[in-house]
Parts: sequence; structure tokens; C-alpha cells
Amino acid sequence: MAPELLSLYGPMLRSRLFEEAVAKLWNDGLISGEMHLGTGEEAIIAGVVAQLGESDAMALDHRGTAALLMRGVDPVSILRELLGYPDGLCGGMGGHMHLFSKEHLAASSGIVGAEGPAAAGFALSAQYLNSGAVAVAFFGEGAMNQGMLMESLNLASTWNLPALFVCKNDGWAITSRSEKMTGGDLNERARGLGVPAVEFDGWDVLEVWEAACAAIERARSGQGPTFLHARCVHLEGHFLGMQLLRIVREPLREMPEIAIPLARSFLRPGGAALRERMAGLKEVLAAVLSSLRDPRRDSAYDPVQRARKTLLADAARLQSLEDRIEQEISRVLKAALEEARP
Amino acid sequence: MRTMFFTQAVDDALAQAMADDPRFILFGEDVPLLRRNLLVRFGPGRVRGTPISESAFLGAGVAAAMTGLRPVVEIYMVDFLGVCMDALLNHAAKVEAFSGGKWTAPVVVRVPCGGGYGDGGQHEQSLWGWLAHIPGLTVLVPSTPADAGGLMLAALRHDGPVVFLEHKLLSEMWLEFMGSGARRTVQFDVPAEGRKGAVPRRWDPVPIGKAVLRRTGDDVTIVSVGVGVHRALEAAQVLDTEGISAGVLDLRTVSPLDIVAVREAVARSGRLLVVDEDYEGFGLSGELSAVVLEAGISCKYARVCTKTTIPYARDREDQVLPNCERICAGIRRLMQ
Ligand SMILES: Cc1ncc(C[n+]2csc(CCOP(=O)(O)OP(=O)(O)O)c2C)c(N)n1
Repeated sequence: MAPELLSLYGPMLRSRLFEEAVAKLWNDGLISGEMHLGTGEEAIIAGVVAQLGESDAMALDHRGTAALLMRGVDPVSILRELLGYPDGLCGGMGGHMHLFSKEHLAASSGIVGAEGPAAAGFALSAQYLNSGAVAVAFFGEGAMNQGMLMESLNLASTWNLPALFVCKNDGWAITSRSEKMTGGDLNERARGLGVPAVEFDGWDVLEVWEAACAAIERARSGQGPTFLHARCVHLEGHFLGMQLLRIVREPLREMPEIAIPLARSFLRPGGAALRERMAGLKEVLAAVLSSLRDPRRDSAYDPVQRARKTLLADAARLQSLEDRIEQEISRVLKAALEEARP
Repeated sequence: MRTMFFTQAVDDALAQAMADDPRFILFGEDVPLLRRNLLVRFGPGRVRGTPISESAFLGAGVAAAMTGLRPVVEIYMVDFLGVCMDALLNHAAKVEAFSGGKWTAPVVVRVPCGGGYGDGGQHEQSLWGWLAHIPGLTVLVPSTPADAGGLMLAALRHDGPVVFLEHKLLSEMWLEFMGSGARRTVQFDVPAEGRKGAVPRRWDPVPIGKAVLRRTGDDVTIVSVGVGVHRALEAAQVLDTEGISAGVLDLRTVSPLDIVAVREAVARSGRLLVVDEDYEGFGLSGELSAVVLEAGISCKYARVCTKTTIPYARDREDQVLPNCERICAGIRRLMQ
């Protein structure tokens, strides 16, 4: 039976506030490199991870923070890892795309599609050792075009592995619309390899929970892998500071730097005929325009806001939960920012 | 005099070649947006996006090169070549040998490499030694905008597979995309001479396999590529104040290696220090020592390379990657 919504809202909100704190630290220059947040996919992670137990394993992508938090990894140690401290989760060696927790059987990779083989291998261990455990792979829809992920679906199917392949489909792979880069239908692709596929709204945490529950039961009872296909919206685009979103959010500041060289190149002699050039220009504009019309502006696709709306019916309970989580996150932030501990 | 940023120079040379010859086409993930200036000039037929399917589109680039096209295939980072290495290792590099010299695959693989901006050990590797290990591959690592454009043009004209490595720390475009992302709160140790510099009005190819002496010096020869060249120049300046005269040889091409230039310089100075951002073991630094030894040149030798997986933490990353202090320390030891 599905749990109470409030018990799933808590981990989602916690993850959201944590990642908002991360975004601030990144903007302040305290976190280096790229930063891919999982804001917008919290319901997918919460609906699955809430049902995992001690010996279940997770193969994570470049947005692994939410899954680690919800799986019970110490938030201070994650944050200190992102800050590059020697006592961070991975001793400051991994950083946000390479987070590992052996204790929680959670391994991340920044290599798109690598979650497939990892989950297959974790599932093989579970199957062979007869532990009753399952393995979960979290990845984006763009990763579905990576050979090793497609091969892993087939491997899991032929070996009947206890695995969940969770595709978080936000429609974008960095600046590319995934539908333009993907032949056929992803559900049919999985089914064609003998893996049952279920598609659902990833912003509705109860829907995710139901789908994951059935898939986990299937896996634990030896019936093999499932492809869980969840639609979602990444509220911060591909990563923080993403140029497409900057253009949309601050057109006056961002446009000249892009538009001037673009116009110059468009007009330069030598090259294609005008019609071809126009087609090229249209492609660039289409990318900007589709960011403009992006569903991320609509709070209906925000899993945290969405659950909250329902929970407002019992405002007092909601308030006390939110207060508690807010206090926890500010404590975490404070502890994480303390000078390097021995 | 024209000046350009590093990646701007590469794109400019590419545009010149594309305007001259319709066989040049460009593809890779996000290429329509990343190379939007080329897209609006040459059209979507020649500047194409791909799915995240490197083994398919790199392999296809190799085969298209065998049948009349001159593809430039972009891979997001050299680290990700891991997923599609077969296309280079077993195909692009072998066609010429297998066909008895009758068939080649003139494909250019354009790929960012290198660290110094805190992205971690799966995203900041150099790997040119790993690539140069394979007979049949040409591996280019420019260190200035002028060389970047000129070597790109040479790569495009070369009758075989070329891996063109673009160091992210020198690339205004990649550094903004991966490193800063529009925030003004982070700083990187970017070599000014590598980031922006004078370029010719019209591009001519910079010869493949020809090193260039960036600085003359009698006591020791520093040999390097990419960002390492700039770190070496910085160190040479410091050492100058201590009365040590260090020359800096920029290989520009890792494979084929300019053996003559290396031997000449080292024979004269009697000391060789290799600065290599790539891994220390089984790579360029060892190769250079072999090249010198094989010629019977006796010299003192040391190397400053990357020995371990690159740490994510910025302070430790700066220690692991070759830096000015480590180079100076290495040379002072050689001088003892
Ligand atoms: C093998 C490989 N190729 C390319 C990349 C660069 N890259 C990082 S994330 C990404 C897009 C992934 O899209 P998707 O799988 O839909 O996940 P999302 O980022 O949208 O969550 C790409 C192309 C990579 N990290 N690894």
C-alpha cells in the first residue's frame, strides 16, 4: 500500500532545499566545475528510493545527490565533498559527478549510459548471492541512445536480472531535444529487448511509488527487470549557468555576445546558399524558443510544489514538517561550512 | 594584426577550410548549438547534431572518411573516448595498414581535454599518450591560438585519422561552458598567451610533427605540450632569476614526435625535463627519454607529470597537475 504523501514530501523537500543551498554555494564560487542539479526529478527519486533496503544497490548518473540523500547518506559529508574538503564523502576526490558510498552500495558516473552496466552487475551479484536485493539505474532519456545502456537492457533481460532501469525523461540532453535524436519509441525499445516498460508522470510522487513498487516486487520475486519511464522537467536546465536558460532569463545581457558573432558569420561570403543559412538560423532560434516555452515555468511540473498543494489541506502538520526540514538544512549548511576538520 | 581566442581560432580555420571544400562536414553532440556560427554559414546539412551514441557516430565518421567525405567528429571530452575507442583503435588507425596502403580514413576527431577547473578525474584527463600509443593515429596538442588554427588546417588536409586535442583551460568557450558557467566568482590559472593571441590573416597549415622552440636556454631543455608549455615558460622565467637558463620546446604534435628537435636541444643542454599533464607511467615522458637514449645522448633526466587520478578538490588538483613550483623544483634537482 502506498505511504502517506507527507512521508514522501519530506525527502523531496529536504533534497530541494539541500540543492538550493548547493546552487548558492556554486554561484558563490565555493563549488568548482559543472553542477547538474536534480531539482525537478525529486519525485522520481523519492518514489523509488523510499522502497529500497539495505542490500539494494544504486547506479547513479551526474545528478546523484538526491538519491544519496534519500538513501540516508550524511548530508554534511555530501556537502563537504562538493566543497572539496578532505573529510567529504569521497575525501574530496570525487566531486558532484563522482559520488560514491560503499556503505549504501551507491556508485555514480559522469559517463552517460554507464549506469546500465553498473546496475546489471549489481543485480548479477544480488541474483547470484541470492540476497533478494535489487539494483536500480537512474539515467536520462538521452542516455537511452548510448550503446552500453541498450546492451545492458538486453543483458538484464536475457539473464533475468533483478534490476530497475529508471529513465528520467526531461526531453533535453544539454542543448538537444531528445525526440529529434531518438528513433522510435523508448518503451517499445525496451519491450523489444524483452523488458516490460511502464510510462508515467514523474512529477507525481505517488504515481512513481506505485510503478516502482510493482517493478521492485517483480525483480525481488525473480521475474526480471523493468523499464520505468518517468516524464520530468529539470528546473535549472542541464546545469547551473546554462547558456540557453541565461538567454531566456536575461536576454539583454546575454544576447549581444551570441547574436553579434552569429550575425557576422551568417553574412560572411563563402559557404552555403541563403536557404541553407536560413535553415541553420532557424535551428538556433528554435532551441532558444523552445527554452522560452519550457514547461519548467509551470509549477504543475514541479514535484515539490505539486505535492505541497495537496498537503495544504492539513496546513499545521505541513508547517511543522517544513520547519523541521528547513532547520535541518540550515544546520547542515552551517556544519558543512566549518573550516576543514582533521 | 588579428588576434583571436583559442577556440575562435580553431573555428575560424575550420570555416576557411569548409568554405573552400564542401567535403568537410561537422558532427557531434550539441554541435548545432556549440558551433552555431558555423551552422548559420554552412547550413544544417554540414553542421549536424548526433544522439549520445559515440561508438556509432565516430565509427560512421571513420567510414564516411573512407568514402569521400572529410568529417570532423566532435567528442565532448577526451575522457569519453573510452566509450568509442574501438573506432579509433581498431578501425581508423588500421585501415591504411590493412589495405596495403591503398585506403585511408581522413577523419579529424576534435576533442577537449585537460584540467585545472575542478571537474574531477573523469572529466579532466589528457590521454594524448594513450592515443599516441596507437600506430596510425596522428595526435595534435596546440598551445596557442595561432598553432591551434594552423594545426586544425593541417589536420583537415592530412590523409589519415587525426585527433585534435583542445585544452579546456585555453579554450574561452569550454572554460565558460564547463568551468565558470557565467559566474564571476571563480578564477582559473589560465595562461594568457595560450588563451588569446595573434593569428594570421589567412590560415596556412602548421606542419604536423614539427616542434617549436618557445624559449632558448643552455642549462636545461624543458619539453612539453598544451598548457604544460605555458607552465614551463613561467618556471623558466623564475629560474632565470636564479641564474639557471632553461629552454622550452613545445612539441605541438605528440604523434608523430619531432625526434630531431628533441635530440638536438637535449644534446646541447645535457638536461631534459619533461612537463606532461598526461599520466606519468607508460606515456610521453618515458617515450621522450627513450628517444634521447636511443640516439646515444647522455643527459640528466626528470619529469613533472600527473601521477594519480586527478582530485576534484581544486587545491589538490593544482598540486597533482604540473605547476610552476614542481617544475622549478625538478630543475633545481637536475642542476645539482
Ligand atoms: C559518454 C558521454 N558522452 C557525452 C557526455 C556529455 N554529457 C553529459 S550529460 C549529457 C546529456 C545527458 O542527457 P540525458 O541522458 O537526457 O540526461 P540529463 O542530463 O538530461 O539528465 C551529455 C551529452 C558524457 N558525460 N558521457
